[in-house]
Amino acid sequence: MIHDKKAHKYGMVIDLDKCTGCGTCTVSCMSENNVPFKEDESDKKDSITWMRVYRLTNNKPFPDTEVAFLPRPCQHCGGKGDHGHSPCVSVCPATATDYGYDTGIVSQIYTRCFGCRYCMAACPYHARYFNWWDPVWPEGMEKYLSPNVSPRMRGVVEKCSFCYHRYQLAREKAYASGSDEIPEADYQTACTTACPAGAIVFGDLNNPSHKVHQIVKPDPHPDPLNPDVVGKSRNPKVFRLLERLGTNPKVYYMSEREWVRKLGDHYLDGEWEKVKNVYGSASHE
Amino acid sequence: MDAALIPEGAKRCSFPKFMLGIAIVGAVLLWGVYAMLLCWFKGLNQTNMNDYYGFALWIWADLAVIAVGGGAFFTGLLKYIFKIDELKNIINFAVIIGFICYSSALLILAIDIGQPLRGWFIFWHANVHSMLTEVAFCLSCYFAVLTIEFIPNILENRQLNKVPFFHHLAHNMHGVMAIFAATGAFLSFFHQGSLGGVAGVMYGRPFAFREGLLIWPWSFFLFTWSAAAFGPCFTLLVTRITEAVTGKKLVKDNVIHLLAKISGWMIFTYMIAKIIDTWYWAYYTAPGLGFELSHFYTSNGFYGYWILVAEVIVCGVIPGLLLINKSTRENPTFRLIAIVLAVIGVCINRWVMVLQIMAVPVMPFDTWALYIPSWQEVATTILPVAYGIILIAVAYRYLPVFPQELELNRRSEVRES
Repeated sequence: MIHDKKAHKYGMVIDLDKCTGCGTCTVSCMSENNVPFKEDESDKKDSITWMRVYRLTNNKPFPDTEVAFLPRPCQHCGGKGDHGHSPCVSVCPATATDYGYDTGIVSQIYTRCFGCRYCMAACPYHARYFNWWDPVWPEGMEKYLSPNVSPRMRGVVEKCSFCYHRYQLAREKAYASGSDEIPEADYQTACTTACPAGAIVFGDLNNPSHKVHQIVKPDPHPDPLNPDVVGKSRNPKVFRLLERLGTNPKVYYMSEREWVRKLGDHYLDGEWEKVKNVYGSASHE
Repeated sequence: MDAALIPEGAKRCSFPKFMLGIAIVGAVLLWGVYAMLLCWFKGLNQTNMNDYYGFALWIWADLAVIAVGGGAFFTGLLKYIFKIDELKNIINFAVIIGFICYSSALLILAIDIGQPLRGWFIFWHANVHSMLTEVAFCLSCYFAVLTIEFIPNILENRQLNKVPFFHHLAHNMHGVMAIFAATGAFLSFFHQGSLGGVAGVMYGRPFAFREGLLIWPWSFFLFTWSAAAFGPCFTLLVTRITEAVTGKKLVKDNVIHLLAKISGWMIFTYMIAKIIDTWYWAYYTAPGLGFELSHFYTSNGFYGYWILVAEVIVCGVIPGLLLINKSTRENPTFRLIAIVLAVIGVCINRWVMVLQIMAVPVMPFDTWALYIPSWQEVATTILPVAYGIILIAVAYRYLPVFPQELELNRRSEVRES
C-alpha cells in the first residue's frame, strides 16, 4: 500500500461555458459504472443518473434568452469546516457511506446499505439514488458490464464515486512502477475523459501541479464571511453549488456569465452585489 | 362463550358481536398485510416514493405514532416519578396505546427500509454520529420497556391471575414499575428528541436545519417536549373514543381533567418555544443561508403559509389555551375539540418536518416536488390503526384496563334502576 506523503483531495471543475449539454458525461458514467436503467426513463425522479445535467436559463425573453447546462455529479462534500462530516456521511446510521480522508472521496458501501434513505434526504444536490428496482439489462448487455464495478441490488442507495475503481487501478499502477505519486493523467473520471468539449477538469485539488488546482486556486483558510466554508475558489469565475450551506463540495463550476454564477446559490436582495465586491467577481464582468 | 376470561363483574358485548367487529377491522388489517407483503417481496417500487421523496408517508406515520404514543412515557413519569396518584386510573390504557404506537413504528420501519433483512446493520455497524442510530437503539429499548409495563396488566386477566406465579409476578412488577417508568422517560427523551434531530441536523436542507445546543439541534428538544405535551391528548382522545364505542364511562372526570390540564400547560409552553424557534429560524437561520421565508411557502400547489398557521395557531396555541382554561377544559365539547386539534397539530408538525422538507427545492434551479402516496403506502399506514383497534378491543374485553370501570358503571346502573 502506498502511504501518501500528503492526503489527496480529488475534485473537479466544470466549465459551464464549454458544456453543450450533450449528455456524453451521463452516458459514459452509466456505462463505466454499470448504472442500471429502466425501459422508460422519462420520470427522472426515480431513474438513476449519477451525473445529471440540469438546464439553466436566465429567464429573460427572446432575444436575450440564454441557456447553460450544469452537469451534477456527487459533490463529494467535505462537510462543515471541511472536516469530513458530509451531510450524507454524518447521518448514515450504518456507516454505509464514508469519507476518505486520504482522497476526499465520499464512498458508498452497497453491501452495508440497508436502504433507509436518510442520506438522500440529507443531500441538497439530489446526487444520491435509490435502487427502486433490481437492475435488469437487455439480453446480452450484461457481457458488457465493467468487471471493476459491482452492480447494485434493489433496495440500496448509490451515487457517483469519482470512478473510484480508476483511482484503485492508478494506485496499483503507481505501486507497480515503484512510485508513490499517481500521475494526473492516470486517474481521470469517465465523464472527464468522455466530455467532447473538454469542459470537465479533474485532479487533486491539493496538488499545485494539477490543472484543477491551478484553475480553482482553492483557499485553504476558512471564508472570513462564513467559517464553515473552506476551500473557496480564489478564481472569481469559479463557484460551488450552495456554498453558503457549508457543505464544502469538491466539484467547482466555472462561468464567465454572472447570471450563471449567481444561480449557484441563494442570495437575499442586495447580497449578490456584496459577494461580488468581496470576492472580486465584478472586476471580471 | 368467553365469559370466564372477562374481568369479574364487567359487562361486555356478546362474543359473536365482538368477533364481528374484529372481523371487519381484521379485513382492513389483512389488506394492509397484503400491501406489506407486496412491499417486502416486490420492493419499494410498490410505493410512490422517489429520489426526491426518500422519506415520505411512512416516515411521517412513524414520527406521528411515536409522538402521540408519547402519552405512555409522560403519564408514566407523572404517575411513578412525580407521584400523581390519580393517573393510576389511566396509566394502563396509556401504556397499551404506547405499546401499539411503538410496535407500529417498528413495523413501519421494517417495511420502509430497502433491504429489510439487513435491518440489524443499524445496530451492528452503528454510526454514533447519526440521529437515526440513536432512534433505533432508544426506540427498541423503549419498546422493551413498554412490553414490561404491559405484562402486569396482561397477567391480571381473570384466568391468568389464578396462577399463583403470575399473580405474584404481576404484583411485584407493579412494585418496581417506577424503575421502568424512569427508564422509559429517559429513553423517550432521547428517541423523541433524536427523531427531531433527524431533521434538525440536515444542514444541507435549510427548511429542516436548526441550530442548537452542543450536538443537539433545537428540534431535538422541541420533539421531546411536543411528544410529552400532545401524547396525553391522544391518550385522552382514544379513551373518549373507547368510551363512545363501549357506551360506558371508563375514567373519572377528575382524572381526565387533570391529564388535560397538564397537557394544556405543556402544549402552551411548547408553543411558546415553538414560536421562538420558528421566528429565529425564519429571521436568522434561513436568511443566513440565503433563503427568505417565502421560499418555503410559495410557488407550489400545496404548501402555503396556511400549514404554518394551522400547526402553530389553530392546532397549537388554541388547544393549549382551551386546555389551560378551567371552564373550557371541563366542558366536554371544548375539551374534545381541544384534544382533536392538538392531535392534528402534532401530526401536522411531523408532516412538515418530513414531507415539506423533501418538497422544498434547495438548488436555485430545482423545482418543488409534490407526491401522492400509492395505495400500498396508504394500506400499510392504515394497517397499524387496524392492529391498534384490535389490540385495544381484545385488551378491553379481557383485561382490567380501567380500574374505575366497575365503580363508574355500577353507579350508573343503580341510577338507571
